[in-house]
Amino acid sequence: MAKVKIPRKNISLDMTAMCDVAFLLLTFFMLTTKFKPDEPVVVDTPSSVSEIILPDADIMTITVDKEGRVFFGVSNQTDRQEMLQAMAKKYKVAFTGSEVKEFTLTETFGSPMQDLKRVLHATSAQRAKIQTGIPVDSVNNQLQDWVANARYANRGIRIVIKGDKDADAKVMKEIITIMQEQNINKFNLITNMEAKPTDI
Amino acid sequence: MAEVDSSGGGGKKKGPKKVSTKIDMTPMVDLAFLLITFFMLTTTFSKPKTMELNMPDKTKDNVKQEVEETRTTSIILGTKDRVFYYTGIKDPAVEQTDYSANGIRKVLMQKIKERPKGKDPIFIIKSMDEARYKNIVDILDEMRITGAQVYAMVDITPGDIELVDKYKKDNNITD
Repeated sequence: MAKVKIPRKNISLDMTAMCDVAFLLLTFFMLTTKFKPDEPVVVDTPSSVSEIILPDADIMTITVDKEGRVFFGVSNQTDRQEMLQAMAKKYKVAFTGSEVKEFTLTETFGSPMQDLKRVLHATSAQRAKIQTGIPVDSVNNQLQDWVANARYANRGIRIVIKGDKDADAKVMKEIITIMQEQNINKFNLITNMEAKPTDI
Repeated sequence: MAEVDSSGGGGKKKGPKKVSTKIDMTPMVDLAFLLITFFMLTTTFSKPKTMELNMPDKTKDNVKQEVEETRTTSIILGTKDRVFYYTGIKDPAVEQTDYSANGIRKVLMQKIKERPKGKDPIFIIKSMDEARYKNIVDILDEMRITGAQVYAMVDITPGDIELVDKYKKDNNITD
């Protein structure tokens, strides 16, 4: 049997164009990506069919975890600083410059004002354990002050509630009551996407 | 694939050697695509979705409207993912259902279907303290899915808790 001779072809091709496109896309994605901020608590949100996308800026997030601990965070760093100063004045806790800086870099926190200093000095791994949640009971309602000061720092701020599936409805109701006392009646609830049922 | 083509010219041998500027771009492209994949996956999957919730204004003295009792349906979110509902106010017959497609959704659909012209059914959502947050989101979601027009979330009253307790007692539900 005669061997069929396959002519050897040079398989190398010009990759410049592909390379161009690849880097173009790479640049695009790199610039548009916003990394998920590290959160002190893991929250498993319930799902809904709602498709409204959460805005990136001008929001305050109230997080409620499984055990009912309440965390609070504001998206804009300048607002954070202003808010902390107002709170420090009210609760008579003095913060040093580096503590204020640390606070402006903290995405979410959840501790009473008295413990906040300790939390700011802790590493992010430790924070998860030592944060006990912001008090929301009627005797010591610090969340209300945080919300009020956040709104004071930024008028157009939106309120976002991020609750764990298994959190008690009671805590949620308390938070909503706190908001309503300040005449806030519109909230965004963070949910996971879920397919809309088709048989309706 | 890697080639640094140095086959320059063939004939002339004078002058400096011509070196081709072609370099092998395979590893670079590999890396670029790897990074693209990484960034693509991290961007698109971390956009959270939200659902809007409007609560009735408490401060304003809302003008109380008279509505027929039969138009209102109270939905009580109970423990262990139970849903209780009843129509009307006086001596209502409490019924139990769940959050599945054949549960509360069917009830809502039926109410909406049976409505008289121009009179949308009114759903009043009351959540017990022991209910889960998921239940609240679920019921609001059902409102959206069924297209219920008029609904509101209000505080639960002792009367509602009594009704649920009575229902549980009558039907031997203990927990």
